[in-house]
Amino acid sequence: MPFSRENPITVQVLGICSCLAVTAQLKPAVVMAVSVTVVVALANLIISLIRKTIPPRIRIIVQLVVVSMLVVLVDQVLKAYLYDVSKQLSVFVGLIITNCIVMGRLEAFAMSHSPLESLCDGVGNGLGYSVILVSLGFIRELFGSGSLWGYPVCEKLGLYAAGYENNGLMVMPPMALILVGVIIWIQRSRNKDLQEK
Amino acid sequence: MQEMFNIFVRSVFVDNMVFSFFLGMCSYLAVSKTVKTSLGLGVAVTFVLLVTVPVNYLLNKYVLAPGALVWMHLSCSQVDLSFLSTIMFIAVIAAIVQMVEMVVEKFSPALYNALGIFLPLIAVNCAVLGGSLFMQERAYANIGEVTAFAFGSGLGWLLAIVGIAAIREKLRYSHIPPALKGVGITFIITGLMGIAFMSFMGIKI
Repeated sequence: MPFSRENPITVQVLGICSCLAVTAQLKPAVVMAVSVTVVVALANLIISLIRKTIPPRIRIIVQLVVVSMLVVLVDQVLKAYLYDVSKQLSVFVGLIITNCIVMGRLEAFAMSHSPLESLCDGVGNGLGYSVILVSLGFIRELFGSGSLWGYPVCEKLGLYAAGYENNGLMVMPPMALILVGVIIWIQRSRNKDLQEK
Repeated sequence: MQEMFNIFVRSVFVDNMVFSFFLGMCSYLAVSKTVKTSLGLGVAVTFVLLVTVPVNYLLNKYVLAPGALVWMHLSCSQVDLSFLSTIMFIAVIAAIVQMVEMVVEKFSPALYNALGIFLPLIAVNCAVLGGSLFMQERAYANIGEVTAFAFGSGLGWLLAIVGIAAIREKLRYSHIPPALKGVGITFIITGLMGIAFMSFMGIKI
């Protein structure tokens, strides 16, 4: 269950780097979530297929090569079809290579399981990552800029006329950290066994 | 010279790797339990950034950038290898980390023992790859500026991890809601530190 009990971000604490930087708006967050899911799933599948032929001493390099090949592919696809979003994400697409989720799942799961299981594990972890990413993007864009997917929700509802103001802090980087802290707080007060001693 | 100093100060305080770009968060959260180990990791990251970013700058300028191969032959001026940059950067970083590890082991066993366990970790630290990618994206003018940027961002990272480690050491004696213990409170404190660092925004020298 990588959605809640083994969520890569809130429980395993992997892949924080990219998670926070791209969530100021919903659209880049969704694009990033899809890219990471694709990369994790395919990398898991490939590594699992060739796991018996990889010499253990150089496995990190082999994993890095497989992952960076996939990331270059994703990067080129984004540049071709979603140029504006790819400009917004800037270096963070490239940083999927060093995203700990990818390397972590390869090390912990794909090296020792069959291709089908690894593919499922990759998709599951990617989706767990996506859930957090999309909800962060949703909250931050709604309260920070008063819009969703670029559509000005608060303006259409007439909230500004009623004296509502956007919370500018929401689009600032530090707020993302605090929000993740709060999500972890909520999750752990509901699942007591996840709490740290 | 002034421009270099400006870039240095900006990358330590304003464009801090941790607080404004969240780079290197994984090791930042995992290794910040005591001040001593976090200082070791901070020094190692700074050192690796200082070596890899200028090397990647030269690689980018003379091999990968559009038309960079002109020095080899005039007909190469149309060649654009920039789509290979991510994969080349990570290869360079992995190779340099390995080399640094061997050199340090040979010439300074004491330093090796202090940094030893962290060095292999650094190859997959996002702050290091991020440094190279930002260097490419921001198009710094010359190698001096690039070095200033690399040193500054390493130092900023060191500052952040040592700061959070010191706070976490004190935090052990305070009462925190059980659900917030550990990771949760660390996130929130990092956010608060980030807000504090935001007051440096707009510094211009």
